[in-house]
Amino acid sequence: MSAPAGIPPRPAAAPGGARAPAARPRAPPCRNGPVQSQVHFPSGYSLNPENYSAPSTHYPQVPHEAIPSQLDNQYIADYHSACYSVPAQSVMTHSIGPGMLNTQQLYGGAPHPVESSGGLLQEAVSSASHLHTSVPQSYSAMSSHYISSTSSSVASQGFPLSSGHYAMPSVSSAVYPHLSYPAMSIGSPYRQVLTSQSLPAVGQFKETNAFPGQSTIVPRTLQQQVTLGYNSTSWSTSDFQSAQENLSRNHTGSVAKASNQINTVGIVDSSHPVNQNVQFTKPGVETSVSSVVTSSVRTPAADHLIEPASVPSSTQPPESLLQEAIDSSSTTSSASPVTNNYDALEGGGYPDSATSSPAPPPQISRNTKPFGYGYPTLQPGYQNATLPTSAMQPSNPGHQSGFQQYPQQYPGVNQLSSSLGGLSLQHSQQPESLRPVNLIQERNILPVSPVLAPVPNLNSDLRKLNCNPDSFRCTLTNIPQTQALLNKAKLPLGLLLHPFRDLTQLPVITSSTIVRCRSCRTYINPFVSFIDQRRWKCNLCYRVNDVPEEFMYNPLTRSYGEPHKRPEVQNSTVEFIASSDYMLRPPQPAVYLFVLDVSHNAVEAGYLTIVCQSLLENLDKLPGDSRTRIGFVTFDSTVQFYNLQEGLSQPQMLIVSDIDDIFLPTPDSLLVNLHESKELIKDLLNALPNMFTNTRETHSALGPALQAAFKLMSPTGGRISVFQSQLPSLGAGLLHSREDPNQRSSTKVVQHLGPATDFYKKLALDCSGQQTAVDLFLLSSQYSDLASLACMSKYSAGCIYYYPSFHHSHNPTQAEKLQKDLKRYFTRKIGFEAVMRIRCTKGLSIHTFHGNFFVRSTDLLSLANVNPDAGFAVQMSIEESLTDTSLVCFQTALLYTSSKGERRIRVHTLCLPVVTSLADVYAGADVQAAVCLLANMAVDRSVSSSLSDARDALVNAVVDSLSAYISSASNLQQSTLIAPNSLKLFPLYVLALLKQKAFRTGTSTRLDDRVYAMCQIKSQPLGHLMKMIHPNLYRIDRLTDEGAIHVNDRVVPQPPLQKLSAEKLTREGAFLMDCGSIFYIWIGKNCDNSFIKDVLGYPNYASVPQKLTQLPELDTLSSERARSFISWLRDSRPLSPVLQVIKDESPAKTDFFHHLIEDRTEAAFSYYEFLVHIQQQICK
Amino acid sequence: VLIVPILFIIAFDELKTDYKNPIDQCNTLNPVSYMIKNSSLFTFINNFCYLVLPEYLIHAFFCVMFLCAAEWLTLGLNMPLLAYHIWRYMSRPVMSGPGLYDPTTIMNADILAYCQKEGWCKLAFYLLSFFYYLYGMIYVLVSS
Repeated sequence: MSAPAGIPPRPAAAPGGARAPAARPRAPPCRNGPVQSQVHFPSGYSLNPENYSAPSTHYPQVPHEAIPSQLDNQYIADYHSACYSVPAQSVMTHSIGPGMLNTQQLYGGAPHPVESSGGLLQEAVSSASHLHTSVPQSYSAMSSHYISSTSSSVASQGFPLSSGHYAMPSVSSAVYPHLSYPAMSIGSPYRQVLTSQSLPAVGQFKETNAFPGQSTIVPRTLQQQVTLGYNSTSWSTSDFQSAQENLSRNHTGSVAKASNQINTVGIVDSSHPVNQNVQFTKPGVETSVSSVVTSSVRTPAADHLIEPASVPSSTQPPESLLQEAIDSSSTTSSASPVTNNYDALEGGGYPDSATSSPAPPPQISRNTKPFGYGYPTLQPGYQNATLPTSAMQPSNPGHQSGFQQYPQQYPGVNQLSSSLGGLSLQHSQQPESLRPVNLIQERNILPVSPVLAPVPNLNSDLRKLNCNPDSFRCTLTNIPQTQALLNKAKLPLGLLLHPFRDLTQLPVITSSTIVRCRSCRTYINPFVSFIDQRRWKCNLCYRVNDVPEEFMYNPLTRSYGEPHKRPEVQNSTVEFIASSDYMLRPPQPAVYLFVLDVSHNAVEAGYLTIVCQSLLENLDKLPGDSRTRIGFVTFDSTVQFYNLQEGLSQPQMLIVSDIDDIFLPTPDSLLVNLHESKELIKDLLNALPNMFTNTRETHSALGPALQAAFKLMSPTGGRISVFQSQLPSLGAGLLHSREDPNQRSSTKVVQHLGPATDFYKKLALDCSGQQTAVDLFLLSSQYSDLASLACMSKYSAGCIYYYPSFHHSHNPTQAEKLQKDLKRYFTRKIGFEAVMRIRCTKGLSIHTFHGNFFVRSTDLLSLANVNPDAGFAVQMSIEESLTDTSLVCFQTALLYTSSKGERRIRVHTLCLPVVTSLADVYAGADVQAAVCLLANMAVDRSVSSSLSDARDALVNAVVDSLSAYISSASNLQQSTLIAPNSLKLFPLYVLALLKQKAFRTGTSTRLDDRVYAMCQIKSQPLGHLMKMIHPNLYRIDRLTDEGAIHVNDRVVPQPPLQKLSAEKLTREGAFLMDCGSIFYIWIGKNCDNSFIKDVLGYPNYASVPQKLTQLPELDTLSSERARSFISWLRDSRPLSPVLQVIKDESPAKTDFFHHLIEDRTEAAFSYYEFLVHIQQQICK
Repeated sequence: VLIVPILFIIAFDELKTDYKNPIDQCNTLNPVSYMIKNSSLFTFINNFCYLVLPEYLIHAFFCVMFLCAAEWLTLGLNMPLLAYHIWRYMSRPVMSGPGLYDPTTIMNADILAYCQKEGWCKLAFYLLSFFYYLYGMIYVLVSS
């Protein structure tokens, strides 16, 4: 906004375009460069209109063979959408599937997966992604023309284009999708018109027809261009000046700004069509805009009709890939040496040449030029890290293929980032995420719809390729360049991972060589750059690697010489089927051992029936193959083993009472093959619940039972599921009650958050070493020292379930929860003997891991088992400043043995931009991820130091970051509490954390509950954790179809989110609170009788029972709506939550009211008070 | 009088350097290759735990010797370290065997950095005190 007027054109361009590089003669534009080829190349050569109308397609350059190439394009475009529309909501995917195809056709580019999952937002968002596409493109076009300005005709043609896009920079840096959208429509169709006029290329007139108005004007614009081309300097100065004036005039409405800019440009350009387009800038006219685009793409759209035929259905790719890959696999075996360690298997470190080899000498680029057209297909997607020099080459633009841009010097990026350095967002329009929000004045801070992950500010090619935020998220989507900048921002930097998430679409690649960087062992990914056909540059360590022969063949398209179209380069989440190089031993079978507590306490609670019943039902669904083995151990004061050897007439119980020196009664036949001994197992499961009904034994020898289980499992590895119902009281690992019930609501010290003994930790480490994970189900009514017991799962990569005051009949909610959890637990995917390594761009390093695992080295986690519900968090630090790069990448590689005995590697790659200004760092903050990371750090802090320390640290995190923001934004009043829009929910979430079971003080909280909440924070993935911290509240007694979405032919109403405050609850309403693992339905005293009748099925409020756990299926509209909404919420997560109906006077309502975190409680601030408190802290 | 302590010091210094190397290797050099060589961090930590207690005991033994020899200045110099050792061992993580370092948290960057810094400081202290004792011994020999 404040850029000085009258700067010469090139620098003037800079402040506007945060993403677009300044076109300085010595600092050529980089990322956008390749796009330029889209402009030129098609003008002469391409017959494929897609290149114009769909600038964001991945294949802007069409190979020579016209027909195959089209097939390619379509195939992969579809492939993309198929693979990417993955999120766990399979339901959504279904419904969106066709829609996505449509969108593709409409916009000509596959919409970004994340955005598409946004359901209704889909169109708008994908258009947003488009706009970003168009921005850099047009920009680069412009910059290139500045350099080669007067030289050739093509260049001059481009000129009006570039002028037209002067409006773009500001729009691009701002995150106003709708505003900038029209600008794109100016760009793409217009460009086509121009090029088609100047270089008459067949086939393009078709599109021109779609713009009758424009095509008539083309001659005029052409003339204009010539003049413009000659007077470029003065012209753009004036242009910019006027833009400036407009800007300065409109300080308030950003909408007005954008449109004004476009106006200005239109005037300067004085070409009719542009002015026309300006009309589109009005928000809400998107439909008409999109129709313009549609028409421009209609031709390719027709081609798309054949897609379905040529594309394997979405579920097929794995198999088809596999087959083709097998067909194609040449004998080149991978060069990795035989290794003797899992670390080595997964690879890592920088064994040789830790410093990356220097970028290729410039001659290479010259050498490769001749390939130009012969190898036209290297595409912009790879370009992220490299700066195309071609932009400054005055060579004939008409003949530029994308190729010249590839041989880029890495140092070029230096120039880019330095040029970017000047582009503080403050100079351009403030993006939405930076809009200052006065927290104290803004009463309704919570958005109406669930908060989505911010989209990294990347160009659209990269954005489309980027990893799904559900799997991989970073707290700062703009990575600060230096640690100093990060310290200044006072925000945590870290990653939140959900690596083994259930994916509906996942490209699986079978190949005898898995292409990896030779020095840092990074897997090839969409963000590497291809230097030429034969070499690629690693995006993490910058080493130049060879492309193996086999990689040249693309099994998807059955074509040769297109390494960049391979699925591993087209998808940021892929799975490789690993060869024997990745094995230390033959892949282990799935082995499950159940260790069941059968003491009096446990029998009385009645969990055995549920477990045995559930296991019986799911016995066939246990993941595994023909080698699957299973075993049972029970314990009270002794340990009982069960001989299930095939051929026995009935299961044989072997009792070992020597618990001080536990041994296995028989060496084998305790773990038996599931299929061979199925009958015996079923007999046992049927008999087990009744075997101990009369037991008097109250002691529990958990320690010895676990030692026995470890001995049993150590030859193979696998999963131990422990069901425990009380404090272990005998043998090794016995524990004493440490909880003082009087201290439960103490505001001072909370003790005993750490383990009492290291027995369980040691056991877990032993188990982890033998590839065995221990999962703990704690079902107890009294204190059982979860803090100690949890260690057995924490360090062996297991999972922890806790059912406080479990009883099969007295507490049906918990019983139902156990049932549902067990169903999921038995049937979900499982990965054995896994290791996960996280790699990141040189300069970044991993500080600390959070989750359930054992850290084996600085970047390697050893996971005996990995399950799809496990989340991880990683704190990062910036060791060296990232001055020589504009993008950083993070890659997690999870190597595991599937239940079918296959060794597989799942690779996720995330790419994020680097920024140099504080404002940009704030603009990219992901508040949900930051809060989750802070929660993890606070758990560590409360265990290592104290709970009050952790609470203080949480409050300080808010205070520090907001005060840093206020002091950085000098134009703000110091006295008010202002947050950038991206962080506006930060205080709310932190307050919610402080009131969470894990960290709350003053409210009576049982120690086990607290410890369990801490375990959950450490091991839950982000989506679930956020609901735990800040539940979603909906009003459900007046559901309407307004804004409803359609899923699987069902209408799912979308009620707005309510803030978590009692002021939103009315006695006349009914509310649903979604806490992640439990749904509460609160019914007000005066709730509408029709709701109670139609939805709950009871005549009036008084007759509704206290313990209602499900909604009846009634044939009324409101019942249908409520049920479809709840089941839609349920379907979006793997663990099916239980439902609890709470009446206004029932005792359970305290649970519900504890979650209303914006209200004041005796011991804690209300939200407003908290804000005032923060403000006082800041002013201090 | 000081000859015996000096012999011990030499041994101790060697011990110290032995103790220093793994940490150094573990952190500043290539951690991964080190891990591969040693097959597992866990065994490394275990070996390493055995060195902590002897170090503390030997240092305590020195202090007792100085006390017996009525070397008040030397004793005064060593007292802070003794106190630190006692504090450090009292506040060690929960573990059944002797030892100081928890394999599950040692890879935390903060803890690792702290341990490394601690190692360097102690090495410097032991070296300086070694030369000081050497000087003391020669001084005693010459003057007697």
